[in-house]
Amino acid sequence: MRAIVLGAVVLGLVAAGFPKSESITLPGSSIMFKPGPNLGLVQANCLVCHNADYIYFQPALTRAQWTAEVNKMRAAYKATIADDDVPKIVDYLMSQNGKT
Amino acid sequence: MRLGRREFLVASAATGAALATARPLSAADTWVELPMQNGKRPLVKYPHKRAMIVQSSRPPILETPFEAFDEGDLTPNDAFYVRWHEAGFPTSVDATSFRLNVHGVVKKPLSLSISDLQTQFESAEIVAVNQCSGNSRGLFSPRVAGGEWANGGMGNARWKGVRLVDILKQAGVDAGAKQVSLHGLDHGVLPATPRFQKAFDVEVVTANPDMLVAYEMNGEPLPLLNGFPVRLVVPGWYATYWVKMLSDIEVIDHVDDNFWMATAYRIPDTPNNSVRPDQTGYKTIPINKMHVRSFVTNIQNGNFISGLEKADPMYPYRYGAEVRGIAFDAGSGIKMVEFSDDGGKSWRETKLGRDLGKYSFRRWSTRWTTRAGSGTHTLACRATANSGEVQTNVAVWNPAGYLKNNIETYEVTV
Repeated sequence: MRAIVLGAVVLGLVAAGFPKSESITLPGSSIMFKPGPNLGLVQANCLVCHNADYIYFQPALTRAQWTAEVNKMRAAYKATIADDDVPKIVDYLMSQNGKT
Repeated sequence: MRLGRREFLVASAATGAALATARPLSAADTWVELPMQNGKRPLVKYPHKRAMIVQSSRPPILETPFEAFDEGDLTPNDAFYVRWHEAGFPTSVDATSFRLNVHGVVKKPLSLSISDLQTQFESAEIVAVNQCSGNSRGLFSPRVAGGEWANGGMGNARWKGVRLVDILKQAGVDAGAKQVSLHGLDHGVLPATPRFQKAFDVEVVTANPDMLVAYEMNGEPLPLLNGFPVRLVVPGWYATYWVKMLSDIEVIDHVDDNFWMATAYRIPDTPNNSVRPDQTGYKTIPINKMHVRSFVTNIQNGNFISGLEKADPMYPYRYGAEVRGIAFDAGSGIKMVEFSDDGGKSWRETKLGRDLGKYSFRRWSTRWTTRAGSGTHTLACRATANSGEVQTNVAVWNPAGYLKNNIETYEVTV
């Protein structure tokens, strides 16, 4: 009896027909960072918050634009990228999707 | 928990390894080529979604394949675009323990279950377009960084839920309240990443009974990727304000200066909200209401995907097609959509489809005839809103790639 009452209480929190919960598994990406200068540094920093595909899907950017993007990751999103690592990461980004 | 640098490397290496094994076969992907440099994207099936155009796999940014807009007035839930900002959003949500908390400068803080929302308030329904601020960003010239959408970062759905103003009335907004600040269950991977949060002046909410806390989308619970169990619906406003998995409403006595209001999603406070690429030193304001747009939905890559008539055996040189599409604005409603088959030199009015409300896509159609073998034609559509706003050939430009709404053209060869 108690179980029934408890069950009713729990059910009462969502109307009939409304799912009690939703759970999904996201597919991964088939796109990986390709070999290039400072690849390990890029993987260690960039993959914390996003995948590699997002970088390859950008338009080719200039060194100044990629630097601005890396600095945005630090300033706005608080990525813990060391000062000295910024130009190294930008070197990699330029090698993959740079506009000179 | 705050991770040190060393732990970070370990954590991210593990993430990288997990991703590397998740879908190793790129050959299994189907690819589409969007009309932009670096426009090749995989089409990937996502949970409760059909194959979507992947703009980012983590956090998911998924574009609606444009042919879905030819299916009807409403965008099917399984084709509706997806845009998360932060990879820390939950992929599992328990609707029974979920609460929407209302607090701050209010007389009576609330903690509302889904059932509370469904039983304690009058329900409301509205059909409204949800369009990403950066929809069509990939078509900017010169290009800008960001989610490189073609035109499929939008959708139209019938939303059902509770009026935000009714929730505020039940909580009782106190004197001195300045803004309503809202956030959902999503968060960054790093604890220090600013949580996604948006705010409105209290007067904007109290004057707008169309703003809903929606628990249904096209007659069904929201797909998790679109914000299950509830999301904010802000008809007429860009989708950045439509907070997904809405879990917290705080009435505050100041202006919200969080990153997502004070720094991101801002537009130049200049004529047409446009600037030159080299321009600096201008004032910016938060992005707000949408601008009028229209599209043809049954032409893709220069071909009619439907609507093409069979040649009349008596007159095989005559070529005919129904050209049809959609139009919308910020909520004055669509007054007229015109069609051109000469690149915009001359225009004629099209027939508008059924009216699902002033915030909805409004379908339009017209019949176009020409001579088979007559070569390449530049078709175009131009919408005029009841507000008087009309599309032009002038493409806005701003560094974040927002607000694109110039006249669309389509090259068709017959």
